[in-house]
Amino acid sequence: MVNITIDGQQFQAAEGQNVLQAALDNGIEIPHLCYHENLSSYGGCRLCLVEITRGQRTTLTTSCTYPCLEGIVVRTDTPEVLKARRLVMELLLPLAPEAPQIQALAREMGISEQRFTEEEADNCIRCGLCTRACTEMVGAQAITFSGRGYRRAVESPFGEEAVDCIGCGTCVYICPTGCIEMLDRGTQRTLPKWKRTLELKKCTKCGWPYIPFAQIEFARQRGQEPPAADWFDLCPNCR
Amino acid sequence: MEVKEIDQVMEKYGSDPADILGILMDIQEKERYLPRETLDYLSKKLDLPMTKLYRMATFYEALSLKPLGRHQIHVCMGTACHVRGAARILDKLESQLSIKAGEVTPDLNFGLKTVNCVGACALGPVVQVDGEYHGNMSALKVERMLKKYSGSENKEAE
Repeated sequence: MVNITIDGQQFQAAEGQNVLQAALDNGIEIPHLCYHENLSSYGGCRLCLVEITRGQRTTLTTSCTYPCLEGIVVRTDTPEVLKARRLVMELLLPLAPEAPQIQALAREMGISEQRFTEEEADNCIRCGLCTRACTEMVGAQAITFSGRGYRRAVESPFGEEAVDCIGCGTCVYICPTGCIEMLDRGTQRTLPKWKRTLELKKCTKCGWPYIPFAQIEFARQRGQEPPAADWFDLCPNCR
Repeated sequence: MEVKEIDQVMEKYGSDPADILGILMDIQEKERYLPRETLDYLSKKLDLPMTKLYRMATFYEALSLKPLGRHQIHVCMGTACHVRGAARILDKLESQLSIKAGEVTPDLNFGLKTVNCVGACALGPVVQVDGEYHGNMSALKVERMLKKYSGSENKEAE
């Protein structure tokens, strides 16, 4: 454990834990969009900027990628920090102008008008939560970032059908802008962004088509604890 | 690319994850692009998800998923070259080859690209062909330069 100071308050934190998590654990809010406690830190959205003083040096840096070290002093609310974050938010906003979570966060940060525009806004802010969730949580590794700089996008390989996608929907749930669609029609689930359509298995009791066959197969083969043979016969409601 | 050739490249590197870029670059050099089938084979052989290979192939400027020209022409558009008329040279190249920057001629002999500085500002305007620098370029010199490389293609064909 190391001693750190956040906004004048003393805390104990595990050494090496990221500053953002330490702050959140102690009830100090720092806005963030690309961080999730169960995924590796990425530092992509730049919203969690804070001022960190270590020894004589003070830097403006992303708290999700900065490790807790003995004696560091973190400030989350100096005028510089707030100003920098506001600019980041203003740059994120035009990428996903219609996403409720982004709009709410922008309002919270006092942004009332949109200064910048993006012609090809696709509602994706390139936070990489979906790709990291798919790789680290699910393990399917079906989608990825492609390109670099302003050409960067989240894609299935070659922009074709994501053949490794099991249709679990983790990317859909974790996306902060809601730019990934998942449509269940009859016994088919479609994820248009990954050009993927999967057959759903029906619950043997209530008949609800609730899980893709590909996901069952994946859980059986790659799951840490292979579920019982009849586990997937019933949907969560009937189990 | 023959499976045997890919295996040869992979032998050189082993199967460490850090060696993937080397493997991809060697294939790029041999084939002038990364064929889809080769990536499929690599993905299976190295037990790597295709997403990882695709991510690298699209990230690095040195790698391409589409065939590049036998001769890659890089027109420097850096500040020094720009003020000395790089745009005119690019125009000339585009009209001579009937392609736009970023494209490849239908016979795959020439590929045309713009770069933002090749670090030879004193020679500006600079055009780089297959790593060879052509300094003090002008629209007039473009034709002669192209002829030189078209010639080598004929030799290759014989």
